[in-house]
Amino acid sequence: MISTVALLLWGPAALLGTAILAGVVSRRASATRLVYGAALVISVALLVTVAGHLAGRPGEVSAITLPLGLPWTGARFRLDGLSAFFLVVVNLGGAITSLYGLGYGRHESQPHRVLPFYPAFLAGMNLVVLANDAFAFLLSWEFMSLASWALVMSHHRDEANRRAAYIYLVMASFGTLALLLAFGLLAGPAGTYAFDAMRAAQPGPLAAGVVLALMLLGAGSKAGLVPLHAWLPLAHPAAPSHVSALMSGIMTKVAIYGFIRVVFDLLGAPAWWSGVVVLLLGGTTAVLGILYALMEKDLKRLLAYSTIENIGVIFASLGLALAFKANAMPSAAALAFTAALFHVLNHSFFKSLLFFGAGAVLTATGERDMEKLGGLIHRMPVTSFVFLVGCVSISALPPFNGFASEWLAFQAILQSPQLPQWGLKVIVPAVGGMLALSAALAAACFVKAFGITFLGRPRSAAVERTHEVDRWSLAAMAVLAIFCLLAGILPGFVIDGLSPVTLPLIGDRMPVQTAQPWLSIVPIAESRSSYNGLLVFVFITISASLAAFFIHRFASHALRRGIAWGCGFAETAPAAQYTAVSFAQPIRRVFGSFAFRARETVEMPAPGSLEPARIKIDIHDVAWETFYQPITGAIDFATERLNYLQFLTIRRYLTLVFLYLVILLLVLALWP
Amino acid sequence: MNGLTFDIAHLLAGSLVLVSFMMLYQDRLFALINVFALHAVVLALSVAWQAYIQDAHHLYITAGIALVFKAVVIPVGLHRIIQRLGIHRDIETAVGIGPTMLAGIGLVTLSMVLMLRVTPEADPLAREDLAFALSIILLGLLVMVTRRNAVSQVVGFMSLENGLVLAATGAKGMPLVVEISVAFSILIAFIVIGVFLFRIRERFDSVDVGALDDYRGERQ
Amino acid sequence: MALILQLAVQGAQMLLVLLLAPLLIGFVRKVKARLLRRQGPSLIQPYRDLIRLMRKEVVLADNASWLFRVTPYLIFAATWVAAALVPTFAAGLQFSWTADLIVIVALLGSARFFQALAGMDVGTSFGGIGASREVMIASLAEPAMLLIVFSLALVAGATQLSTVAAFMGSPEVGLRVSLGMSLIALVMVAIAENARIPVDNPATHLELTMVHEAMILEYSGRHLAMIELATFLKLLLYVSLISCVFLPWGLAHAGAGPKALALGAVAYLVKLAVLAILLAVFETAVAKMRVFRVPDFLGAALMLALLGALLLFVSRSL
Repeated sequence: MISTVALLLWGPAALLGTAILAGVVSRRASATRLVYGAALVISVALLVTVAGHLAGRPGEVSAITLPLGLPWTGARFRLDGLSAFFLVVVNLGGAITSLYGLGYGRHESQPHRVLPFYPAFLAGMNLVVLANDAFAFLLSWEFMSLASWALVMSHHRDEANRRAAYIYLVMASFGTLALLLAFGLLAGPAGTYAFDAMRAAQPGPLAAGVVLALMLLGAGSKAGLVPLHAWLPLAHPAAPSHVSALMSGIMTKVAIYGFIRVVFDLLGAPAWWSGVVVLLLGGTTAVLGILYALMEKDLKRLLAYSTIENIGVIFASLGLALAFKANAMPSAAALAFTAALFHVLNHSFFKSLLFFGAGAVLTATGERDMEKLGGLIHRMPVTSFVFLVGCVSISALPPFNGFASEWLAFQAILQSPQLPQWGLKVIVPAVGGMLALSAALAAACFVKAFGITFLGRPRSAAVERTHEVDRWSLAAMAVLAIFCLLAGILPGFVIDGLSPVTLPLIGDRMPVQTAQPWLSIVPIAESRSSYNGLLVFVFITISASLAAFFIHRFASHALRRGIAWGCGFAETAPAAQYTAVSFAQPIRRVFGSFAFRARETVEMPAPGSLEPARIKIDIHDVAWETFYQPITGAIDFATERLNYLQFLTIRRYLTLVFLYLVILLLVLALWP
Repeated sequence: MNGLTFDIAHLLAGSLVLVSFMMLYQDRLFALINVFALHAVVLALSVAWQAYIQDAHHLYITAGIALVFKAVVIPVGLHRIIQRLGIHRDIETAVGIGPTMLAGIGLVTLSMVLMLRVTPEADPLAREDLAFALSIILLGLLVMVTRRNAVSQVVGFMSLENGLVLAATGAKGMPLVVEISVAFSILIAFIVIGVFLFRIRERFDSVDVGALDDYRGERQ
Repeated sequence: MALILQLAVQGAQMLLVLLLAPLLIGFVRKVKARLLRRQGPSLIQPYRDLIRLMRKEVVLADNASWLFRVTPYLIFAATWVAAALVPTFAAGLQFSWTADLIVIVALLGSARFFQALAGMDVGTSFGGIGASREVMIASLAEPAMLLIVFSLALVAGATQLSTVAAFMGSPEVGLRVSLGMSLIALVMVAIAENARIPVDNPATHLELTMVHEAMILEYSGRHLAMIELATFLKLLLYVSLISCVFLPWGLAHAGAGPKALALGAVAYLVKLAVLAILLAVFETAVAKMRVFRVPDFLGAALMLALLGALLLFVSRSL
């Protein structure tokens, strides 16, 4: 009997095979269909295998060592509850993205720059999740980063894309460096890179703190924690839309997997202050991410910034779980941890859906700039409907899935007054307020995204010639929309499905939910709190239908089409509509001066002059200016100095080498 | 019975903090002074309640002083000063309201955590009262820091003093003499500052204390 | 049998809120008119308005989409469900466990989401102005509301509204500073959410000063009737919420006899009348703010709610 993990490893192997094959045949017309079809089949096969494992033997761990890589270590792989859950996320996302790619990929101008890297990217993500030693983990991580970098570079003629890819490469290398150091510390003096050995060894408090910081740098930069997020809104939108969906919806989750694997699994018992750090970072990331998104007028960049917000929400829940775990409150920790994982799943659904929608808009109109869109609801009815479902889900509105996970996070926050440390008592409600603020701002942001893009009247000629996209894309989006609804109205099944993940990592699980009457979810006790998405959905449907029935039975049916009210002016131009920037103006005035040092200057022409009045808006990316510009400045300064070394005489070079040698010898002599 | 007396004392002290917060976001001078008068009324109520539950009759006098001087005399005086200076239409925008309020919340939390941590075995009424008093003092300081206008700085100073009175009455056995002397020192401070205000005004034609900096030779 | 009775009480509650909501608005308008020494329209004028609107034809803008026509029903349904989940005369009804206070807040958020979208559908600048201001107000009011929910949940140990109401009616709750702060914050949020003076003027006729009215400027006929009814329901919801949490006296419990239910109904009507009079007096006494003063007003509510929650997290006795 072959073990499950060995069976699963055939998946990435097949994907890598597909990648090589794609490199060979990528210039043929049928290549697109072949590659995405193969990726779809392999992802579904992986999904079925993992699902079978979860259904049959959920708690079972299966491990394998392959004679690959470094000769004396081999490459270890392992499947447990956590990696099984993330495999589901990765392969579900991969399968649906491949389905979308079957249609979307046909519009690609240079398929040979996308096709070989796409399956490789999927394989990399699968391998990260399965890896069981630092070597295999880092190798797959770097492979994943490079494959996605190649995909970001696929439209390399665009200057902005090249810059995005460059920044991404720098940040990814930096992140991997941090991870490398973290694993080095975890391995300790014994130098064993197997996760099993790391799990057995307990690092001291100082080492654990440094590892946490390094993981926040390494995994946090990949996931997009503020202030390490700078690359994300540049790189994610630069890739083709289905790859953007994979990067935003799935790859950030792989980064979260890395964080959970090390901090919750390998690092042992956490210190209470680690919860404070993660909570604060998460809360700040959530609020800043969504504020950035609100200021954005490029649809795909808006979605990328909103990913940052959701990562913040997930990290805040994880921080809460850490705080509870450190204080031996396993049931509350299980609640917070479940909320985080549930949000991971939900975000992978709706963010993929929204990026697919943005891709559909991009293929149909050729525009990403919302200021040139508008009125698409008439021309792309199906796309606009599923995009609306995605917007409602991500805005955490009942009865869709975003609300269910946010609700669990709020319930976890309400457990925290029992925490003993004063720092946590003060931080947790503040972070709760931040999460509430970010949820409300997310709703505002997606009113803007949907309203400006799909509603109103067309703002440019490009929109007026558009038509609905192909069936493959629509099918992929519809599947995701259905998932969003199902996870929202039947959250109990998801929560129960997460119990094999929480049990080994936290030591407890949430109470069984599917046994509750009427499929409610009840985190602690019914008299405390309960939520029934199904009934809320049914009630809304019934009362809306009742109202509609009543109106159509008793009210007037008369309907007349007329022009809209324009204060007496007939037929105002579409340019008179609210734009994305003007929609965000009130919120910019409330939060902008604080978060972005935003300034508005209005230039009014003199009375009688025919010049137009101008409004100028200055927005600063505070994170970029505070953290990155000093670093780039320092590097510039250092290179400027070192440049001087290029123009020395031979004698001076020899002196330098000689001095270096002497210093090394001195160090050796003086070393205790 | 006991629970209710506690609760009312808490509620009054808490309302005092609340009124301090209201001061933070007033940007017109008259409104600020009216809120200060309200502050004094709530203080008087709070002190009177303390007098009742501690059965300390001299505290009624303190309450009376607070009511007469701080809620009536000083606000009326300040109203007159403002009218004579002709600055009743001034709007202050030294620091934005949002950051100020956030800072205020931070200060209240700080004083809560500090007081509850350092006095774990004290009488619960006294320790939470002390925490409120400390927050009122800090909020008064915040008002002084975030305002440019000298009149509002005076108001901030006096609300700070209200916090001191609250702390003093919460601790049992503060002699009356001390309280009366504190109250009168405030009155004198008020008069001195009032005179001072007119002097600034005569010299610089403004009561914006920023104008003073120009004469220190620090600004160019 | 007991189940049928329970369902009947639940159904009675749903019908009650639907029927009472226009009356509450009529009452507020009447009191406001009397305070201004006007005669004012009759109490049942809102019902007449609704019926009149239903009989009128709908004038739909040329490029209004299906979303524009579906939205009134969605708004109405979400608001009605939310309003039916707030205890009015009796707590612990059959379906009260379907949703807790957080869900009720989020349901109102759903209604607002669609309303803002409908405002942008036609593509006039008024719709956009209304929608963008509404989401700005909501972005401050919603977190304030959630923080109030946190405070209530920490005091009562539950987010379930029936449990909260039962706890607030018990003697152990006492007078608490944090509850006082929550009450003030809740009143401020309620004023903003219901587009009342000083945040918005429900009776304005000038497009540029509108927030709520600007979003629904393009609606007419039966669609407008649905939206108006939802607006009425929302006011009733907030008044019921304040009365069931902060004035829980006389609230009947699930499975109580008809006498207790009748008593609860009378107490509820009295509370509604008192709060409506207070609202009318307040609205008559203050002037509308400029739109960009609203963030200060709501920021104060947010800070108060945060302070209340913080006090509770730090010390359970406050």
